Amino acid sequence: MNSLFLRTEKRVILRKTLRLFSLTFLALSGVYVQAQQEEVSSTALLNMPIGVSTISHEIYNLHMLIFWICVVIGVGVFGAMLWAMYFHRKSIGHEAENWHEHLGVELVWTIVPIFILVAMAWPATKTLIDLYDTSDAEIDIRVTGMQWKWQYEYLGEGVQYLSELSTSLDEIYNIEPKGEFYLQEVNNHLVIPVDTKVRFLLTGADVIHSFWVPDFAIKKDAIPGYITETWVEVTQTGVYRGECTELCGQGHAFMPVVVNVVEKDEYQFWLAEKKQEALDIAALTQVTFTMEELVERGEEAYLRSCAACHQANGQGIPPAFPALAGSAIVTGPVEAHLEIGVNGVAGTVMQAFGPLLSELDLAAILTYQRNAWGNDMGDVVQPIDVYNYIQAQ
Amino acid sequence: MHKVLVAKLSMGVVVMFVFAVFAMPPLYRLACDALGIGPQEYSAYEEAAAAVDETRTVKVQFMATNQANMPWIFEPAQFEVVVHPGQRSEVTYYAKNTTTRDMVAQAVPSVVPINAVNYLHKIECFCFEQQPLAAGEEVDMKLVFFVDPELPKSIGTITLSYSVFDITSRVSDPVAASLKAEPALITASN
Amino acid sequence: MAHGPAKGITRWLFTTNHKDIGTLYLWFSFAMFILGGFFAMVIRAELFEPGMQLVRPEFFNQMTTMHGLVMVFGAIMPSFVGLANWMIPLMIGAPDMALPRMNNLSFWILPPAFLMLASTLFMEGGGPNFGWTFYAPLSTTYAPDSVNFFIFAIHIMGASSIMGSINIVATVLNMRAPGMTMMKMPLFVWTWLITAFLLIAVMPVLAGAVTMMLMDINFGTAFFDAAGGGDPVLFQHIFWFFGHPEVYIIILPAFGVISEIIPTFSRKPLFGYASMVYATSAIAFLSFIVWAHHMFLVGIPISGQLYFMYATMLIAVPTGVKVFNWVSTMFRGSISYETPMLFAIAFIVLFTLGGFTGLMLSIAPSDVQYHDTYFVVAHFHYVMVAGAVFSMSAAVYYWLPKWSGRMYSEAMGKLHFWVSFIGFNITFFPQHFLGLAGMPRRYADYALQFADWNMVSSIGAFIYGASQILFLYNVVATIVAGKKVSEPKTWDGANGLEWTLPTPPPYHTFTTPPDLRDLHDHQLTDDQMEEHPGSATH
Repeated sequence: MNSLFLRTEKRVILRKTLRLFSLTFLALSGVYVQAQQEEVSSTALLNMPIGVSTISHEIYNLHMLIFWICVVIGVGVFGAMLWAMYFHRKSIGHEAENWHEHLGVELVWTIVPIFILVAMAWPATKTLIDLYDTSDAEIDIRVTGMQWKWQYEYLGEGVQYLSELSTSLDEIYNIEPKGEFYLQEVNNHLVIPVDTKVRFLLTGADVIHSFWVPDFAIKKDAIPGYITETWVEVTQTGVYRGECTELCGQGHAFMPVVVNVVEKDEYQFWLAEKKQEALDIAALTQVTFTMEELVERGEEAYLRSCAACHQANGQGIPPAFPALAGSAIVTGPVEAHLEIGVNGVAGTVMQAFGPLLSELDLAAILTYQRNAWGNDMGDVVQPIDVYNYIQAQ
Repeated sequence: MHKVLVAKLSMGVVVMFVFAVFAMPPLYRLACDALGIGPQEYSAYEEAAAAVDETRTVKVQFMATNQANMPWIFEPAQFEVVVHPGQRSEVTYYAKNTTTRDMVAQAVPSVVPINAVNYLHKIECFCFEQQPLAAGEEVDMKLVFFVDPELPKSIGTITLSYSVFDITSRVSDPVAASLKAEPALITASN
Repeated sequence: MAHGPAKGITRWLFTTNHKDIGTLYLWFSFAMFILGGFFAMVIRAELFEPGMQLVRPEFFNQMTTMHGLVMVFGAIMPSFVGLANWMIPLMIGAPDMALPRMNNLSFWILPPAFLMLASTLFMEGGGPNFGWTFYAPLSTTYAPDSVNFFIFAIHIMGASSIMGSINIVATVLNMRAPGMTMMKMPLFVWTWLITAFLLIAVMPVLAGAVTMMLMDINFGTAFFDAAGGGDPVLFQHIFWFFGHPEVYIIILPAFGVISEIIPTFSRKPLFGYASMVYATSAIAFLSFIVWAHHMFLVGIPISGQLYFMYATMLIAVPTGVKVFNWVSTMFRGSISYETPMLFAIAFIVLFTLGGFTGLMLSIAPSDVQYHDTYFVVAHFHYVMVAGAVFSMSAAVYYWLPKWSGRMYSEAMGKLHFWVSFIGFNITFFPQHFLGLAGMPRRYADYALQFADWNMVSSIGAFIYGASQILFLYNVVATIVAGKKVSEPKTWDGANGLEWTLPTPPPYHTFTTPPDLRDLHDHQLTDDQMEEHPGSATH
């Protein structure tokens, strides 16, 4: 840890501990505390966020209802117990009585809870039916979970992109101070319009992932080979942050979800821009870049898309993730290097990046790999080489 | 005495195993056919199409997902069609093997909403068989389907998704291939 | 003339004596508890602050996996089997377990199994890293090579559990003393009998699940692989069909222990004995039909969600009956607070809290927000640690004087209790907040807003971990240098056949069964407590 880290991260433990214990008290009384930071949407410190979707309010209210029922039962049971613990102590000379059965009482506390449960099940069932609403949505987005990123596709719009963690490895390994949205920031946000029913169709491309945005109260598993669906109608614009919640390997904690909820016209504008961006990137396929340009872009893209397995230093984690530094493939003919980068390796976790990344990014990553960590091949892979490789087949 | 007994018992065990390995599967299928139970055949829907319900339209969407290490181009020719329940429709999916090696793929279908699963009938579908493509080869794959007029009124949109898996190694693996010999037993019901 | 124990190591290797095997189980489970606890300390140390400090994410995942596996299969389950071995024959007046050689085998296959499981950590590619629930395809297609050793280890553990259970069922059904009818058995025996049936029913299911994994990984089948027509969700159905009863396998014997201890220190018979038996059976039955509440988010139809939600909520009824009965037992008793009683009371309070969060989790729509977060972690540690582990501590303090003939230090026992009680709550109470605020479980690293509570939780974990050193010290100090006791009844309020035996009990007990035909209740009368020396003093 360097001094900068110490300065920014160091905490006054005592004061904080006191604060935490006072907060505990508040939590016990079910008080909802809103985090006061402006940009953090509504991340509560103690309780479930009320959230910003129609369904999230319903779920929050249900949660609090059940919570308070439990509190009341708890006060009754523990009250009776504390009473006995204090007044029926041996040390104050209390004599034990000998009764140990009472059919009436036993029937009462078998039957009364059933009625309480029915009272809980009623609103729960209503909320569940609302969750399962299958009416038409205005926007359908496919969400594909893969190790360890999300891919979003706006169905019917031809817009499709990867959303990967943008927190740097230096922040994760405590070399640089951690930013405000440490582990909750990505390179490409999911963007949806406000007050619009959006349907998410979830699937997995390798293992099971789970897509969660707490403020929307949506969470659903993304299972390879199958689709599941969930929907949301957000009532407030803003930036909302979520996570993957199904253990999916070593990068499980490093594939956040960030959603921009924007006004409807702003959404249309964004969508048009995104389409244009795809065209622009495709146009860049024809451009010839210098090695410096490619290495610079490639390093950034490598850290985002490859470093989780092959590591920032190219050493990998053998045997599952082979080292790239000094690798026979990376330091061999471009053809073989392209083959693996574009088509992946069947039967392994090495993904086929051809369908996932642009030609430009692929070319940049390959160029970077061929010239980093002492690989010093000195050659360059241009976007057009990648394009030709894919088309040539 | 003992040796004879042991020999007889061993023979009995061997005979039982042979029976289990070779005789059970066909018997099992016979029993299933006779009783109408067991795993659903992973095959086309064969009932005659029902009467077309002109009063109602249903949106049917198509999705294609590559598994992470599947490099093919795989996509539906059109993203969605609007149909009347009972009406036969045809769409195609395009697949291209963009690699330099011959491969075999399997497309696995999945439908949401989950309570629409029994109302989307596939009359002809590439999901019933493995799809081999040589290096660079491409294909248009046909899907013929209709929506059952009995579809619950609450459902307006049905999404049919295909995930495409690389099963080249599975097919070339002799153990797996022998298990593949009975397609009806190893593929899921639909 | 019965012979005493053999000398040296062979006493333990070849023993068929239920007390020796019980002791072996208890020490083995304590060793595993320390090992699993060590893994937990690694987890909490890494989570002390945001950022990766001590381990890498892939090793972190191995730690969470091994912590779960070792604690569930190595610490909690064998500890209760050990307790069953020691106490069931003493409680029902039997000379030993029904199948003593199988008893020896079921213990001695456990150490190799766990040695093999632990050795995977040193293998190339690392140990199991897919969570103790090992969902496919992360545990099949994407698993490290060591997964085959993991599968073999699970098979052995399953075999051991099944043998142990068969033994307990055979003992309880066949070896009760004359007059010890089913409805007169101590509740600990009842809960173990039901647990044993659960084990026999579900351990083969787990074995089936791991065998299917083995086939998928090595022999080209596709049970859990969508590419071959299989279904990853099928794995979850099979796993949780085992996994949910497993939860009750862990907690039912704990209910039994608490039902022995509360009456003793309340000096009042257990309230509602019969309803306790029925409630235990009801919980066992319900445990088979609620498994998919662990899978509310995999996309099951609404009818399925509703069914599993209602069925799960129903479990609150028999569980509530148990809690009400324990409180009623204490009510108008004459309560004293020795260490076992403190642990038992803490059990009731904390287990009930875990029950409340369990009820909240059963509500399918709210589960959307709770699922796979630290709220779940907090919930199951309240029932596993404050439930099973606290009851085990209570049981050790309660019966240790009987087993060893020496009394533990009450002051040290209370110190252990308070340190673990406080440490436990500092560790796990804040995890409710973390989960509700949005921190998923099995995260190697987390966003900054979770930093405060994680630090508190880690501090609590170190306190709780340290308290187990006190536990070890207390047990060893008692056995080596505790004050000698020879009264048959250690506790004045205790009731039951084990307290009619000399302290410590001789190597062989009840070689002549006690005659209980004039017993008309599950409580022995004062005369009966006096008149059954019961031991093999010949």
